[in-house]
Amino acid sequence: MKRDALLRFVAPFAVAVIVLAAWQLIVTVNGIPPYLVPSPLLVAKTLYVDRVLLLNSLGVTLGIALTALAFATLAGVAASLLFVQSRWLEMSLFPYAILLQVTPIVSIAPLIIIWVRNTWAALVLCAVVVAIFPIISNTTLGLRSVDPGLLDLFRLARANRWQTLWRLRVPSALPYFFGGLRIASGLALIGAVVAEFVAGTGGQGAGLAYQILLAGIQLNIPRLFAALMLIALAGVALFAATVGLSRLALSRWHESALDVDS
Amino acid sequence: MPAGADDRPDSIVALRGVAQTFDTGTRALAGVDLDVRAGELLTIVGPSGCGKSTLLRLVAGLARPTAGRIAWWGEAFDATGREGRRIGFVFQSPTLMPWASVAANVRLPLDLAHVPRPERDAAVAQALTRVGLAEARGHLPRQLSGGMQMRASIARALVTAPDLLLMDEPFGALDEFTRQRLDDDLLALWRSQRLTVVFVTHSIQEAVFLSTRVVVMAARPGRILEAFDIDEPYPRSVEFRLSPAFAAIAQRISACVATASAGGLPDTGRVPMRATSR
Repeated sequence: MKRDALLRFVAPFAVAVIVLAAWQLIVTVNGIPPYLVPSPLLVAKTLYVDRVLLLNSLGVTLGIALTALAFATLAGVAASLLFVQSRWLEMSLFPYAILLQVTPIVSIAPLIIIWVRNTWAALVLCAVVVAIFPIISNTTLGLRSVDPGLLDLFRLARANRWQTLWRLRVPSALPYFFGGLRIASGLALIGAVVAEFVAGTGGQGAGLAYQILLAGIQLNIPRLFAALMLIALAGVALFAATVGLSRLALSRWHESALDVDS
Repeated sequence: MPAGADDRPDSIVALRGVAQTFDTGTRALAGVDLDVRAGELLTIVGPSGCGKSTLLRLVAGLARPTAGRIAWWGEAFDATGREGRRIGFVFQSPTLMPWASVAANVRLPLDLAHVPRPERDAAVAQALTRVGLAEARGHLPRQLSGGMQMRASIARALVTAPDLLLMDEPFGALDEFTRQRLDDDLLALWRSQRLTVVFVTHSIQEAVFLSTRVVVMAARPGRILEAFDIDEPYPRSVEFRLSPAFAAIAQRISACVATASAGGLPDTGRVPMRATSR
């Protein structure tokens, strides 16, 4: 257990330290100018100096990603519940869910931005389009992956459709759902960033993608790196949050949710 | 629908000319006549593929026969499920919900039937005590041994106080010691609760030890060969397993199964299906 924890945290950390040190060393020794590759120390300094600007943008991008993730979860789960009620519905609609998935967001984003007047809403919608598919496909798979013996048991007990859904299919689907959520969390962030790139909105509601775009034009490469780092960190944090949520929810279900009185 | 004039008065389930043919063309059952009599412990034995489990699923109402009639308490299946006509089923594997505690698993049939809470909790506590799992009520299935999981599964079948208990090779996956203990416990339950039990197994020893009657089945098509009444007194103990009477009955049933397997088919495993036509 202790060894495992050591490996899980210390080993990646060591890799980070080694890579950053090597990076710093190469930049310093070779005298590479900051507009080509800034040193890690310079990036850290920029991050500190521009913190108000960058953290504001991070807030905007994260806000879009999280809102999109919430919508994608709600709509995705609703779609799966519908699909599992009727094979007809699933057969007729699932291909379009796939269509949504395989069409690159960059190619639909301009349309969405033209059609949806509110830019923020347009950005959220783009991110939803990207994030929803893994939730639909995983949850539908989970709702169908029920122990056939337990299904027989429910039939023997003359459970109605609702009872079978709520007491059997939904709990069985939870692990699958959380697998989908984990993938969707990363995709929501990617969707938000890509949509921001396409929209190119600046000003008060500028997200991290806009800062990257702007910094690139201005050749402010240290700021570009700093923004990039924030996006990466946000992605990791989102992933970790969904993993944590999944652990919490699944173990809670296991221990207590159905057994209130013991 | 009444099954006809040839009904025995104590018949709980009556099968007449029942056949089950799957979409693949496999004749799982053909021309099966069988009465499950009130209070008996009926065991169905036979080689794998002889349709034992199919027969039990038909009796449970989980499948409909492609031909023939089945009557439960003289009526159609829809008339079962209420007081005095309840059917319990124990599967080959424990089939417990992994996310729910033992108590929640056992309580499931009552929850689904909207049984009021005090009544429900009392029934669960009683069922758990009967199978010796009162201590483990808060445990999750994965925290239990295979034998204990099977006990939980039996408790779930008992919790509705079934009038007919169907068991599909319930102890097949367990080790010999656990199986013999559960056999003993099942007999005690059957006697104390005055249950009617239909028990499917591929073990002749288990069949002889448990039953008041053993039905031997054969494959291709799945059919009933012969029934053996076992008029040995209960309670049956370890001594019974070692007695000459036990050996004699087991011997007769073995011979019957062997004839069935032979029946023109010296090696059932390798002969193609077509060879059965006569």
